Amino acid sequence: MSEPSQAPSPLIPVPRAPVPQIPAAAPRREIEITIDGKRVAVPEGATILEATRKLGIDTPTLCFLETLTPVNACRVCVVELEGSRTLVPACSRKAEAGMAVHTESERVLLSRRLVLDFLASSVDVSTAPTLRAYMEQYGARPDRFGARAQTVAQAPKIDNELYMRDYSKCILCYKCVEACGVDAQNTFAISVAGRGFSAHISTEFDIPLPQSACVYCGNCIGVCPTGALMFKTEYDRRAAGTWDETQQTQTDTICPYCGVGCELTVHAQEGQIVKVSSPLDHSVTQGNLCIKGRFGWQFTDSRAAT
Amino acid sequence: MDLHLTAAAASAEEQAAIDALLGEPESSWDGGARQIERDGRAVFGGGTARSRRHLLLPVLHAIQERIGWISPGALNYASVRLNVAPAEVHGVASFYGMFSLSPRPPVTAHVCDDIACMTRGAGALCAELEHKLGPAGSPSEGGQTIWQRSACLGLCERAPAALISAAGTTARERVVAPAATENLISTMQDAVNGRLPAEPDTLSTKLSVPQAGQAQLRLLRRAGQVDPSSIEDYLQRGGYEALRRSFELGAERVIQEVIDSKLLGRGGAAFPTGKKWEAVHLQRHLGYPHYVICNADESEPGTFKDRIVMEGDPFAVLEGMTIAGFAVGAQKGYVYVRGEYPLATERLNHAIRAARAQKLLGQDILGRGLRFDVELRRGAGAYICGEETALLNSIEGYRGEPRNKPPFPTQSGLFHLPTVVNNVETLINIPEIILGGGAAYARIGKGNSAGYRLFCVSGHVVRPGVYETPYGPTIRNVIDMAGGVGGTGRLQAVLLGGAAGSFVSPMELDTPLTFEGTRAIGATLGSGVVLLFDDSTDLQQVLLRIAAFFRDETCGQCVPCRVGSVRQEEVLQRLVRRQTIGSVAEERNTLQEIAQAMRDASICGLGQTASGAILSAMNRWSLFS
Repeated sequence: MSEPSQAPSPLIPVPRAPVPQIPAAAPRREIEITIDGKRVAVPEGATILEATRKLGIDTPTLCFLETLTPVNACRVCVVELEGSRTLVPACSRKAEAGMAVHTESERVLLSRRLVLDFLASSVDVSTAPTLRAYMEQYGARPDRFGARAQTVAQAPKIDNELYMRDYSKCILCYKCVEACGVDAQNTFAISVAGRGFSAHISTEFDIPLPQSACVYCGNCIGVCPTGALMFKTEYDRRAAGTWDETQQTQTDTICPYCGVGCELTVHAQEGQIVKVSSPLDHSVTQGNLCIKGRFGWQFTDSRAAT
Repeated sequence: MDLHLTAAAASAEEQAAIDALLGEPESSWDGGARQIERDGRAVFGGGTARSRRHLLLPVLHAIQERIGWISPGALNYASVRLNVAPAEVHGVASFYGMFSLSPRPPVTAHVCDDIACMTRGAGALCAELEHKLGPAGSPSEGGQTIWQRSACLGLCERAPAALISAAGTTARERVVAPAATENLISTMQDAVNGRLPAEPDTLSTKLSVPQAGQAQLRLLRRAGQVDPSSIEDYLQRGGYEALRRSFELGAERVIQEVIDSKLLGRGGAAFPTGKKWEAVHLQRHLGYPHYVICNADESEPGTFKDRIVMEGDPFAVLEGMTIAGFAVGAQKGYVYVRGEYPLATERLNHAIRAARAQKLLGQDILGRGLRFDVELRRGAGAYICGEETALLNSIEGYRGEPRNKPPFPTQSGLFHLPTVVNNVETLINIPEIILGGGAAYARIGKGNSAGYRLFCVSGHVVRPGVYETPYGPTIRNVIDMAGGVGGTGRLQAVLLGGAAGSFVSPMELDTPLTFEGTRAIGATLGSGVVLLFDDSTDLQQVLLRIAAFFRDETCGQCVPCRVGSVRQEEVLQRLVRRQTIGSVAEERNTLQEIAQAMRDASICGLGQTASGAILSAMNRWSLFS
């Protein structure tokens, strides 16, 4: 005879006291700085970039993304700060009360233009519309360095079914490394390797992705600003000449796989899904997905076979 | 962390090299054999395992020194022992010039072909080596040796210079300077046959410090006089008196004396040392550990003063660091020595052990309750790691890429804690200030350039070496001190401050070598380099070498420096070969614009100064126009 079983205790204990609330954050002190002669107040800890955006001043950025730690490596966002010997990166320099900043001085325009010259003369920017728009805006002339200027040209790496890597388009913005690392995925499948002009994004000893720690979350593709990382579907369609963004629809939906509730933006062309992204400002994903949400949609086309 | 490793396994020898440094693994979690009863029931890892990442650079050194290269298997084992993802270990290992990630002969000769050695026959030496051993980078002696061209090895007073490293169970290094084809090849053969002597160098201090023994010397007064391996000898010559005096003064007074002394950092950036110390000292109430770092990663072409101080008077460096530790409330110091300085490394390591044995480092220094210890870290062939924030990343086990400033190391330094970073020469000034008083020290020298200064005189000069003088003498005085112009005897140009400095013409020799004096002619003192070129030198080739140096040494993090250093070299080559795109004036304009973008928009001092010397020469001599 077994003991009479006790009533099961609830799996989630009921709190004995009122449920603790997260205390509301103390309002941040506002500080005032001057940008191009205009005064603007921003919360303490805000960057110069946030202040310029508040004023509606267009500051170019390439390696910056709201969801990642600023690495200030591309230097296209530099601004002139009075009292500073060098220009400073708007994306990471914190605003300090009384700062006087200039975003359109000769020095700023020259450095931005040269950064774009440097990138466009060494990297294939054909699938980087933002960068090309900046080049137009700042009058970049990458051809001034001649046809024999050293480049990072190389063959694309296609070693799996889901996405490809074309490092001839890589501007080394570090975003993919950050997304693969502590800023999102904590997988650490890739790192910057080498030094100087031959610095590049790489797995250990450049092993193919299927042998590496990659989990195919595709969060690196989500943050890549130049198309160096691309869905295989997009790459194949581009190669076949059938990639046409004007014919694409974007539909926001919720990922069907698990209960987390990630928001998907489904990009479709001619009724076929061609890629999936997630909005950066979504509270659940912040732009990040897993392999299923990012790539697990081929079944939607399987009706044709039956 | 769940590491994903390839199947490549480390050989027994590779494992032994790493275990000799880290000890045996505790469990299968950090690379040991699997013991299911133990390992299956507990997790050995987490924060404790990750907190050993700062040992990554020493681990990579251990593999390189034992095996001669870092294999995928060894990299996997390093990864699992330190719980760092293999892609990251690879990223760090591939950053440093001294590590090879493909099989390499065990004996490597690094032959300097940089600007100082260029003036003393490095070109002819390399040409002969090419003839006898084949082109640089090709194995010789049946695959046992290889020779490579190298940037400045910091042996400029004995140019042309070479450094031979031999991997093996007892790894050995040997400085060959001055180097000639015969002694270089025979030393390489000795290395293959395991016949290298234990001492990496036969230093004749009299050659490196021509003033040795002169009564007026302060910073160099022990160089060549004291036995660098004997702490007793150091103590007998006034060693550690300044530390005792510091205890009497107390930390606040020590810092005040350093502030009063107007001592400016001698590494090149010339920041007031006292201000750094005060900034860290003032954060003691926060209760975080503080650190003192001695930046001994001297790699500026033409600079060798710190090497000679470390080789000739290593205890002085430790005493300076200990006083700094006492003043700013740090219990731990690191001395980061350039990887290409084997003798300095050995002497400092010995000095650290001797100081610990005499209770001059450790838990209770001089019985005064001061806790301070010093750990030596070796660089691995990266000029950029002399930049203080890159140095911090390097010690922490990350790629030696500079951090954006602010925050400065005094606020967020090593392990993101308050840190003082001082150059070797800066630190050996500290005992002078403590014993003589800050105000008295400030009166030595001229204007705001207070105190003593070491100058690295090399190139076409009669007696190259390190010279000490109070601030004030002109360039001409320093050249005279070194016996006058060598080579053809007719001076063409002087490079002040190294590759990151600027050229001056023979018309400017009456410029005082002070911060103000050099600034007035648009030059810089930098790290104290005075490098002479006679009129037989092809300055265009010197400029090309400088451009190649920065192209090789840029870390690649920021666009202006990564691409700008390459474009700068390309424009220069076109100008030298007269194959310009458009007119010469257009190319000069392109060069000016590249320079301005690098100076204005680069993250750190490397990119900001990478064009200085080239532009200064172009403007002074109207080159290419």
